[in-house]
Amino acid sequence: MFVLTEFKDTVQILPHKFKKKLNEAITNELNRKLANKVFYKVGLCIALHDITHISESFIVPGDGSSHTKVNFRFVVFRPFIDEVIVGRIRSCDSEGVHVTLGFFEDIIIKPENLKQNSIFNQAEQAWVWQYEGDDGNVSELYMDIGEPIRFRVCKEFFAEALIVNPSAKKDADEKKETTPYAPPYMLEGDIDATGLGLLSWWANV
Amino acid sequence: MIIFQIVAKMEVVNDRAAFLTNYEVYDVLNSIKASKTKSKGENQLATITYSTIKYLEDTPCKDQTADKITGFMTAVESFKLSKSEKLTILNLFPTTVLELHLMIEDCEERFNEEEEEKLLMIIAEHLETVKEEPTSD
Repeated sequence: MFVLTEFKDTVQILPHKFKKKLNEAITNELNRKLANKVFYKVGLCIALHDITHISESFIVPGDGSSHTKVNFRFVVFRPFIDEVIVGRIRSCDSEGVHVTLGFFEDIIIKPENLKQNSIFNQAEQAWVWQYEGDDGNVSELYMDIGEPIRFRVCKEFFAEALIVNPSAKKDADEKKETTPYAPPYMLEGDIDATGLGLLSWWANV
Repeated sequence: MIIFQIVAKMEVVNDRAAFLTNYEVYDVLNSIKASKTKSKGENQLATITYSTIKYLEDTPCKDQTADKITGFMTAVESFKLSKSEKLTILNLFPTTVLELHLMIEDCEERFNEEEEEKLLMIIAEHLETVKEEPTSD
């Protein structure tokens, strides 16, 4: 689920932070920059792991801050394709089953990746797996909100960065209403295999 | 959870320098939480640390230790599992053959039933938590 990613960056330390130790100030700055944010094609950044190299700091004309080149490693949430993960059902709608891990919520299991013979129950707002046992009896297995679910990651999507021009902000605000929200990082899951799906389905197998 | 893209000159040197087990992440986050050097502008770190720890507390990594993991890694060497297979086993702690098949590619072809049972035993032996039940008398 998690990987270590190596980054290189130039960290700016503002003068009022000079009283702090340099590595402490850099740690704070890097966490402020990256923690809980999606980095394009990297994943959801969690927390700084370690700083591997600090080069000498320099100052530039017209700026009281110090600038320091650093190499560091960050803990990043980026499951590999085909990884099996356990999450909880966040909601169900006609688009599929939405799964959450608490810290990461943009996981969807599309109808074609659900069990075969799954239908969406409009009244209950839940997906139902119509499981036919060996004896020919069909049991209806509901996928209720909050249930732990085991799935396999089958696809990942990164949304392209939107560069917002401040002067065009007004236009952007208007556009926002028309363009649907697209999460910057999204995972697609698959539960169409033996052993995948709600944990309770397999508890007694 | 606030997520947005960073438009900056930050450079990625290696996006998968290493895989981390849930235990390692849990360990790092707990030490961040314990250090309590909270400063302004770090509430995003606090948020993600809190919610990730909350998720990991529900997973088997909560009771793992570095020693247990090392012991497990040495014990399964002969099975020639891939890195990601060992990682998934550590993260999910399978207890049934069914779960094992999900985590190991072509499990049936690579191992016979006896070996599967043996692997499950090794997993249980190294990763199972001994729940100390309070003795009533």
